[in-house]
Amino acid sequence: MKTPSSQSVLLAASELSLPSQPQRAKSPVSSGVVGMLIFIVTEVMFFGALISAYLVIRAGLDEWPPWGQPRLPVETTAINTLALLVSGLLMLYSRKLMQKDKVSEGRKWLGFSILLGTFFLISQGYEWVELIKYGLTVSSSVYGGLFYLIIGAHGLHIIGTLAFLTYAWKRLGAPVNPLTPEGLLPVQLLWYFVVCVWPVLYVLVYL
Amino acid sequence: MSQAAAAVQTDTHAEHHEELSFLYKYILPVDHKIIGMQYIFTGMIMAIIGGYFAYAFRMQLAFPGELVPLYGLVGPGEYNMLVTNHGTIMIFWVAMPVLIAGFGNYLIPLMIGCDDMVFPRLNRLSYQIFLVSALVLIASFFVRGGGFGGAWTSYPPLSSVAEYSLTDWGASLWILAVALEFVSFLLGGINFVTTSMNARAPGMKMLDIPIAVWFIVVAVILFMASVGPLVAGAVMLFMDQRIGTTFFLPSGGGDPLLWQHLFWFFGHPEVYVVLLPTLGIVAEIITVFSRKKLFGYRTVLYTAFATGGLSFVVWAHHQFIAGIDPRMANVFTVTTVLISIPLAEMMFSYIATLYGGSIELKTPMLWALSFIAAFLIGGVTGIYLGASAMDVYFHDSYFVLAHFHYTFFPITIIGMFAALTYWFPKMFGRMMNETLGKIHFWGTFIPFNCIFLPLFFLGLAGQHRRIYNYEHFPDLATQELQNIRIFATVSLVVMLIFQLVFIYNFFVSMFKGKKAPNNPWNANTLEWTIPSPPQHGNFKDLPTVYRGPYEYSVPGREKDYWPQNEPPEEN
Repeated sequence: MKTPSSQSVLLAASELSLPSQPQRAKSPVSSGVVGMLIFIVTEVMFFGALISAYLVIRAGLDEWPPWGQPRLPVETTAINTLALLVSGLLMLYSRKLMQKDKVSEGRKWLGFSILLGTFFLISQGYEWVELIKYGLTVSSSVYGGLFYLIIGAHGLHIIGTLAFLTYAWKRLGAPVNPLTPEGLLPVQLLWYFVVCVWPVLYVLVYL
Repeated sequence: MSQAAAAVQTDTHAEHHEELSFLYKYILPVDHKIIGMQYIFTGMIMAIIGGYFAYAFRMQLAFPGELVPLYGLVGPGEYNMLVTNHGTIMIFWVAMPVLIAGFGNYLIPLMIGCDDMVFPRLNRLSYQIFLVSALVLIASFFVRGGGFGGAWTSYPPLSSVAEYSLTDWGASLWILAVALEFVSFLLGGINFVTTSMNARAPGMKMLDIPIAVWFIVVAVILFMASVGPLVAGAVMLFMDQRIGTTFFLPSGGGDPLLWQHLFWFFGHPEVYVVLLPTLGIVAEIITVFSRKKLFGYRTVLYTAFATGGLSFVVWAHHQFIAGIDPRMANVFTVTTVLISIPLAEMMFSYIATLYGGSIELKTPMLWALSFIAAFLIGGVTGIYLGASAMDVYFHDSYFVLAHFHYTFFPITIIGMFAALTYWFPKMFGRMMNETLGKIHFWGTFIPFNCIFLPLFFLGLAGQHRRIYNYEHFPDLATQELQNIRIFATVSLVVMLIFQLVFIYNFFVSMFKGKKAPNNPWNANTLEWTIPSPPQHGNFKDLPTVYRGPYEYSVPGREKDYWPQNEPPEEN
């Protein structure tokens, strides 16, 4: 009896298993991973467009940031950046552990990774509240608009991916039909993407 | 597992599928065939709306200021709304759902020999989001201020400031509908590529995949790689409209040209996104009905890759007079003219396939041949427009309009009819009426040329696109030009009337047509090896593939076709 080779969280496949049939050639990459990689291509183009919009509008203005707009908190965000990068590394470490069949230990480190991601999110949210108090809003200038657009788009990705990761974390520990480490890979790939795109945005928008 | 247990397993499985209630079979299906048909039917309903809009504004142009039968008076604002939504509907809610999502869903699993899409539930979600997007668009016609009227390209500041567009809610609902629709195709597209890569039947190598599937995959990859910027742009435009940002408003430090770049970076690959599936469908049909191997399978495939790659570097030819750097215009002229090379190569391959074949002029073949003829006119006039020097004169004239209708009409309408008439027996298990099919073909193709050929001449005479009544323009209000407009409009009405023949034929054949055999056209691809219509789960046993899809009239064989899954004869 064939067991489904991968059960991804995002893209749950319902494979019909009819044992008497000739089997397909086993694909080197699971469907969940292929699907996620295509999705990441779209995401790269999406953030690429936001970045080019930022550069185009910035190049068209004489003064950047425009007069009267508050400066962005470079230092606290640097700490945040570090937290997010460490979260990505912990994710890698947890995958390494799971590949060595230490699933419960890998799950623990996955949990730490999720916690660091949540810290990043809360800290960014606090930062936004402060910035709004200082008068930086979406409509205060095109500078504010771009800041909230780009950082907000990234923040939404963080929220979405964290939700999936938390669900995966729960499913990994499920007593019945737990998630396999391979099934976790697509959502991990998405997290790597979200982590890797952040330094680019940080350098671009904050520095 | 023992053989007996396996049989039991299979049986319970089959029973399980027969228990599906109407709700789960037709309203909330995960079966790719039903989802494909949902897309096709929704697209056809939207096509009726789009055609009705075209009728209303063409009547206004031919008989300005008069009451349009079945519509009423078309005012200037309403004219803009009709034109805008005609374009939007025909491209995003007809071409995309029917050609890519509809036929992609229906054909990919059948042609590559698997039971269903890799992510069936994602597939269902994709259709549901699409349906919501269509409803949002339709709702936008009825809100205060009416539907959006800033052209399907939606250039700001006209589209982003309610005081300019006068359609406060219409504009926002329009952009929301477009964005939702992209999310829907994003989910569908992930499914298509993954399924084609990972779920092919045993033995089907990359170069055994039918061209129709290949082209849908290439189209989807183009779509996935180009849609990101437009989604970003749509979000920015929506924020400009609703929460007071100024991304595209020069008064607030924004840049209106930025929208044009984001839009056309998607918009031009989009042309090839809808073109490629039709080219694939045409490749299937011309090989079957000329009983010949496709000329240069690899060449055709590689030209599609080349077209896809080049389509990302031609977008600014839509903006030659928008104030871009003239040196940039030169670069884009070169790339635009370059892209005609792979497409011409593909067309020559198709014509070479026809050469020396035993051509049967069945209805699908008529559509396929008329596609090649009409698309060639569209392609050749595109070379004039791609050259920036000529485009400065032609820009926003009826020459442009006639050009892109000579590409989009063959792609969308002719492609849709070609595919529907060809796969109808597989979809519904019955044959369509040939005579009615041919009447419908000629009743569509001749009026189509009568509508759009004259518009080239109107464009050459300097007729600008976005004018709802030419009486106010002495140069354009002459009787000669007006006669041409009336001729085009009357042709449109004739064409629309002939669509009733198709609707009649379609529904009567669906229920009362002659029963279709498994393989009515003697074709090779896998979908013809199973009963018409295919059961849930498609193949009883996964087929094994031994050869490419176009082995017709192979010397030394008794039959002139050679199904992909037929085992080679033992020597």
